[in-house]
Amino acid sequence: MLRFLIRRVSGAALILLLISAFTFFMYFAIPQDPATLACGKNCTPDALAIIHKNLGLDDPVPLQYWHYLSGIFAGRDFGVGHCDAPCFGVSFRNNQMVWDTIMDRLPLTLSLTFGGLVVFLFVGLGAGLMAARYRGTWLDKIFSGGSLVLSSFQIYFLGPIVLGIFVYSTGWLDKPKYVPITQDPGGWFMGLLIPWIVMATIFTANYTRMSRSSMIEQLQEEHVRAAKAKGMSSRYVFYRYAWRGSVIPIITILGMDIGALLSGGMVTELTFGLAGFGRLARDSVILKDLPVLMGVMIISAAFIIICNIVVDAMYAVVDPRVRLS
Amino acid sequence: MTSPIEIEGAVTSSALDKEGAPQGDAKEPKKLEGRSPGQLMWRRFKRDKTGIISAFVVLFFFLIAALAPVITKLYGKDPYTFYGQDDPTLLNEFNLPAGPNGGMSPEHWFGIDPNYGRDVLAYLLYGMRTSLGTALLATIGMVFIGIVIGLTAGYFGGKIDYWLGRLIDFMLALPNQLFMVAAMPVIVTVFVAPDEETPTIVRFLAITGVMWLLTWMSLARLIRAVTLSLREREFVEAAKVAGASPWRIIRKELLPNLVTPIIVQGTYLLPSTILSVAFLSFVGVGYQDPTPDWGLMFATAANIYEQDPTYMFFPGVAMVVFVVAFNLLGDSVRDAFDPKTGR
Repeated sequence: MLRFLIRRVSGAALILLLISAFTFFMYFAIPQDPATLACGKNCTPDALAIIHKNLGLDDPVPLQYWHYLSGIFAGRDFGVGHCDAPCFGVSFRNNQMVWDTIMDRLPLTLSLTFGGLVVFLFVGLGAGLMAARYRGTWLDKIFSGGSLVLSSFQIYFLGPIVLGIFVYSTGWLDKPKYVPITQDPGGWFMGLLIPWIVMATIFTANYTRMSRSSMIEQLQEEHVRAAKAKGMSSRYVFYRYAWRGSVIPIITILGMDIGALLSGGMVTELTFGLAGFGRLARDSVILKDLPVLMGVMIISAAFIIICNIVVDAMYAVVDPRVRLS
Repeated sequence: MTSPIEIEGAVTSSALDKEGAPQGDAKEPKKLEGRSPGQLMWRRFKRDKTGIISAFVVLFFFLIAALAPVITKLYGKDPYTFYGQDDPTLLNEFNLPAGPNGGMSPEHWFGIDPNYGRDVLAYLLYGMRTSLGTALLATIGMVFIGIVIGLTAGYFGGKIDYWLGRLIDFMLALPNQLFMVAAMPVIVTVFVAPDEETPTIVRFLAITGVMWLLTWMSLARLIRAVTLSLREREFVEAAKVAGASPWRIIRKELLPNLVTPIIVQGTYLLPSTILSVAFLSFVGVGYQDPTPDWGLMFATAANIYEQDPTYMFFPGVAMVVFVVAFNLLGDSVRDAFDPKTGR
């Protein structure tokens, strides 16, 4: 386990380094002067000079990258002031530290992602298992058919419909808003309920299909048949034998989906007017705020990689045949 | 036939493989009429009612999208005219459609859009044309890159395979959709100075380019895996012994056997690419307003849903129907090619 962790974490560090280099050179080396990109329309020479100075753009690009990297670990001084240790630079637009802005937005996106995750894992796996158990009956048809249609809905279509039903016409719920969980857990829950349900509805469908088909596959395996032949109750066989095997492909998909959830978070946040991480990424793209954008890219890549390591470690927990080293 | 997978006779390869064809005919006993795998697939597909219906739905969408100019001409509207400004009774004082149901009327069948009063039906048709056209080209590009990289890695193996494998791993570690959004302005600024308006053609190139660069990996992986197993087969070895060049082996021996996974994956890739194009426009980095686009309609609709919910209805329902049909079609195509995977 330890060796696995060391190997994976060092691999992750390498990939993060590559990603940061890739994004850095993409933004600061390939197009024109990033200062003009940052300056946008109606750029004055003064503004240009300030951006040049702030970014240290007169140094050669590899040196700039080195400054950027060392800034992450050691902090860095800018024209607007000192930037503390995890320093991802200073925003072009409002002169705030990128790290602070990101940390500001992150709790919302994490609540959104993991809340939605919990809902759709429970509902999706449950529905899939039921569909597999009662394969061929009307229950199965409802679950499979429903999941096919629901998975074809998009958040930007389903979201407004749900808002229309529960907020605008009936007034049963308030418009989604974010309250930190530390402040008011109830408000946190109620505020994010609609986004969770909408996200979960769409993702649930995938998991229903996936867990149904992988469960059906497992039920035809020999060890399951052997267990049945031994005279174990079908319920025990179903939950103890078949289910464990069927979880593995789902974990794989889950690992991939967490990445999609982060950017799915972008759509969710835009649809419901929540100001989270995805919203920050999109706004910084539109405002061409390169430092913020790079910070967002690196942090979310780190997030995805960590999730993948956790998922890989979970294989070993679920399936003892898997060796981590 | 030399190939154990028996895809050689499929439509594409029989067209390519002119020298091989007479040879195959001579071997077959004349009385028993052999069916090529392509024909077998077609027969299986024809029996699948869901598949046929969804294929018709998908074709219908592509058809109305391609014929958007003709249809709108017959219908007598176009997606660019601000009907609301020509006829002030159409929009109320909040710039929302004045008539009931989003301004639906015999004049404007699907209603008019808020702010400008453009015709929703004409706009939707043109928007679908933009989205589907972009997605189609992007998918073709993605499939092409996937084939090239997958085949190269799988066939040549060794160092090339190792480094291409690392490249694929790296690309998969990127936060994909986030990266699409983030790469858009970079690609756009390569073509356009920051103080100029971005022409639609540049946006189109940037969107397809971003898709090409960021979504070929899964297909490349699959093709690499299939190629790896094919490479060790006898018919490839026979070709090698006979002195065929790598290019010939790839073209004549490997590619025909890859037709199945390529077609199956392609049918799955296309709808997700359409959704990605819509995603980019929805987020605000794809197509911009005067250009009609499907995803853009959702961005507008989400903003004014509280006041004018009808505007969302037609693009939304059209998209759900289209995606459902396309997913069903994908499943049917897979079942037809590979009857072993039962549902």
